Amino acid sequence: MSAVFEPIAPRLAPIKTEGPVPWVRANLFGDWKSSLTTLVLIGLALLYLPPLLDWALWRAVLQPDAEACQQARGTGACWGAIVEKHRLVIFGRYPFGDQWRPLLATVLLVALLVASCTRPLWSRWLVLLWVVGLAAFFVLMAGGVFGLEEVPTDRWGGLPLTIMLATLSIALAFPLAILVALGRRSHLTAIRTVCTLYVELIRGVPLISVLFMASFMFPLFMPQGVTIDVLLRVLVGITLFAAAYMAEVIRGGLQAIPNGQVEAAQSIGLSYWQTQRKIVLPQALAMVVPGIMNNFISIFKDTSLVTIVSLYELTGATGIAFADADWRPFKIEAYLFITAIYFAFCFAMSRYSLWIERQLNRSKTR
Amino acid sequence: MSATRIAPRQPPRKRDWNWRSQYVRGLAFQILALALIAFVVWFLAHNTLANMRARGIQSGFDFLLGPAGFDIGETMIRYDALDPYWKAFLVGLLNTLRVALIGIVLTTVIGALIGIGRFSRNAIVRGLCYGYVELFRNVPVLLQLLLWYLLFTEVLPATYEAWNAADLFFLSKGGVAIPAPVWGLGQSLAAAGAAIGLVFAHAYRQWARRRFEATGTALPTLLPSVAIVLAVSVGGWVIGGAPTAWNLPRQGEIMVEGGLVATPEFLAVLFGLVMYTAAFVAEVVRAGIQSVSHGQVEAASSIGLSRGQSMRLVILPQALRVIIPPMTNQYLNLTKNSSLAVAIGYPDVVSIGNTAINQTGRAVECIAIIMLVYLSTSLATSTFMGWYNKRAAIKER
Amino acid sequence: MSAVPAAAATDHIIAFDKVNKWYGDNFHVLRDIDLHVRRGERIVICGPSGSGKSTLIRCINRLEEHQQGRLVVDGTELTDDVKSIEKTRRQVGMVFQQFNLFPHLTVIENLTLSPMWVGKLPKKDADERAMQQLARVRIAEQAHKYPLQLSGGQQQRVAIARALCLTPKIMLFDEPTSALDPEMIKEVLDVMIELARGGITMLCVTHEMGFAKAVADRVIFMDQGQIVEQNTPAEFFGNPKSERTKDFLSKILGH
Repeated sequence: MSAVFEPIAPRLAPIKTEGPVPWVRANLFGDWKSSLTTLVLIGLALLYLPPLLDWALWRAVLQPDAEACQQARGTGACWGAIVEKHRLVIFGRYPFGDQWRPLLATVLLVALLVASCTRPLWSRWLVLLWVVGLAAFFVLMAGGVFGLEEVPTDRWGGLPLTIMLATLSIALAFPLAILVALGRRSHLTAIRTVCTLYVELIRGVPLISVLFMASFMFPLFMPQGVTIDVLLRVLVGITLFAAAYMAEVIRGGLQAIPNGQVEAAQSIGLSYWQTQRKIVLPQALAMVVPGIMNNFISIFKDTSLVTIVSLYELTGATGIAFADADWRPFKIEAYLFITAIYFAFCFAMSRYSLWIERQLNRSKTR
Repeated sequence: MSATRIAPRQPPRKRDWNWRSQYVRGLAFQILALALIAFVVWFLAHNTLANMRARGIQSGFDFLLGPAGFDIGETMIRYDALDPYWKAFLVGLLNTLRVALIGIVLTTVIGALIGIGRFSRNAIVRGLCYGYVELFRNVPVLLQLLLWYLLFTEVLPATYEAWNAADLFFLSKGGVAIPAPVWGLGQSLAAAGAAIGLVFAHAYRQWARRRFEATGTALPTLLPSVAIVLAVSVGGWVIGGAPTAWNLPRQGEIMVEGGLVATPEFLAVLFGLVMYTAAFVAEVVRAGIQSVSHGQVEAASSIGLSRGQSMRLVILPQALRVIIPPMTNQYLNLTKNSSLAVAIGYPDVVSIGNTAINQTGRAVECIAIIMLVYLSTSLATSTFMGWYNKRAAIKER
Repeated sequence: MSAVPAAAATDHIIAFDKVNKWYGDNFHVLRDIDLHVRRGERIVICGPSGSGKSTLIRCINRLEEHQQGRLVVDGTELTDDVKSIEKTRRQVGMVFQQFNLFPHLTVIENLTLSPMWVGKLPKKDADERAMQQLARVRIAEQAHKYPLQLSGGQQQRVAIARALCLTPKIMLFDEPTSALDPEMIKEVLDVMIELARGGITMLCVTHEMGFAKAVADRVIFMDQGQIVEQNTPAEFFGNPKSERTKDFLSKILGH
């Protein structure tokens, strides 16, 4: 061993592991099974993709011409049907000339939702903003004031209805869910039993049965002579449904708060409601934001079920838009169109939810 | 130290009944809450009865004994329009269970494969699995059911010129028709034999395990088990007279006749539910596999276990513990989502209930029946999975 | 709310009379506890885990309920009565083993929470009082940080300041240094010794026998829910009477 230490300068690795070629070698042709799979999949793609692209793009009919579409049936997609019917699909049976109103109203709601999701804006003003925003939404949709033509609720439909149902039901379900979650953890037996029964009952039945209940039974619940709007019934039904699932998510957050927090609050003299309001809920709710976002995405998808009780949101509006004989054969293209719309919304929301979760985890390990 | 006797058991509580006692306040609050709920329930019930009287609708479950008066598209038991309502509901229930049970099996298999595929060495496979999950999770299930149904009714050939394979399997707008054995004594005994064979196979596995623990020689268990089940089953069939009669489908003039038929409604509901739920199951499986820390894999290989052994003995048992509760949830979701069959025309219990409400006006009773059916299936599934979960759980201090 | 006769009240600020507590039906965790604490007395309670020492002091601010016997704190008997519980909790401050600071509030917000919401103090006065207490525990410069940004020793000192903001007559400590790194124990003990020298009534459950020898007026040894022996530190450590006490002391002082 020599007495003098001679440092060795760093050199490049002899076999490259970074870069496109090594990546392909490792991930597509790693071993014989992987290579075989790659070749088979590429083969299948070459076999089936061109005819699919043919149908979807190259030979598709883009003009809103029923004749041309009929002739191209089987060989080309009829995107012209979308061009023809897209306003019926997106806005439902809302009067044609006034469709700028639901458009504006939807943009307003979406802006409110995006604003609610950015943390810096969480304050008392947000609640006020919501109240004003919702009021503006209803004024725009229903009309009757400010010179706007009145539009009854059974003409509301399409995308605005989807977004409205999802947003309103989650907003209303939120306070109810907090109360039910606290109730399930209460020491008072009666309260705990009632809340548990409510949650287990709702979670054990499909949404469609709750909607049936809302649609068929709520009119019977009203005192004689009082009628209740279909939209309101469905909204109450979805709210009750959403609240049960959200209560479980919030309860998970409540359980994650160490008992010591409640004991410390008690030892400095805070009452039960003071403890929940100032200590437990702020921490629990911050923890379950990703879970609540998932609830929202589920409810957003579930609004499509109101079609079955005759409220024509996006899915239902498509069905009735394509009921006439000329365009009925091209329903598939229409459904694919709204699939794309739902996918865009839900995918964006789930990406956002993942991002929030990562932010939360980062702030925990400070 | 004092020599007083230490009382071993808790004495009965003496309560002082005073307005400022925590106990009394809690009690008062509960009584108030219950009274409020009771009042609301009474109010709703009172209005309901008044409204029903005004509309001339009777209440009560006696309508279940009257004739239904409507036909049902597909039934698993014999049924015609003169049968009572309760039988119609039973047909609906059986249809729901049929699609739910087959759906659960298929979705577990497909979901597990896709979940494991997310860890594949091949980037294309990983990408395809990821794409599948994102695509099928972010589209409403009702829309998926409608799309599948449209696909089957538009794209499949007409019933008078069905596509067939070897004249045995037929595919058309009327659904899928496959040959089915004519069910006689032989088949019943074969089924019974299969069940008995399972018991024998289980006994064999116990015996093989005991020999392994005593002597260290591992006997093969999979092939012999399968052989035992097959042998006893074939034995039963032979005893039953070895019947070979088959119900074969044939191309008729207007449609395909005979064979075991799966209607396009059933297929649409099944495919839609399975593809949708499989995306969620894949995520559950992926999370379960990821939850087992890499240190476990390293430890397993450091004690000499092969990849297959470490997967079977170390990874999967731990992954299962994380997978089972959310998996139960997905099974329940699939069962509940089968209620959407009403939008397609598959006669499940919700669809039958809907028809019943329209015909008799007894909304409260029919909805109560529907909810009861789903609550019981949810309870049954949860209980079964709870038992299975306890078996798989890791014992903690 | 029953008042204890005046003569006894000036003598004892805490009085346990044949107090018994059970967990469930069969676990008898406090057995016939008779304990009288004088105003300004400093008591250290020690014993093996499961002996009931934490349960004992948690009964004093009603974090635990006793089922039998009489417990009087500063003239108020502790029962189910909500008003008596509220009054007691305002007089008794508690410091926990796990600190239990509120992570979503800053240090000063942790301190002003009770004075503002329970003591109905205006914000200015609450802030002033909070800064005073923070200075007392020598951590005033961290007032606007969040608890998770502080070290364990700093967090526990904030917890002590939070309890002091109630201007309590009694301070309870439940193993305050057990969750701390060895290097941080001294800073917390120094604060506690300073507090003790200031004349407040203190009950401290701890294994730090150096602290007991420095400031305690009385050392109590508990085992299996009973008070086995209690004496001045000199007598307790120098001349333990019971075999059980001798056994315990040999184990914790031996190494």
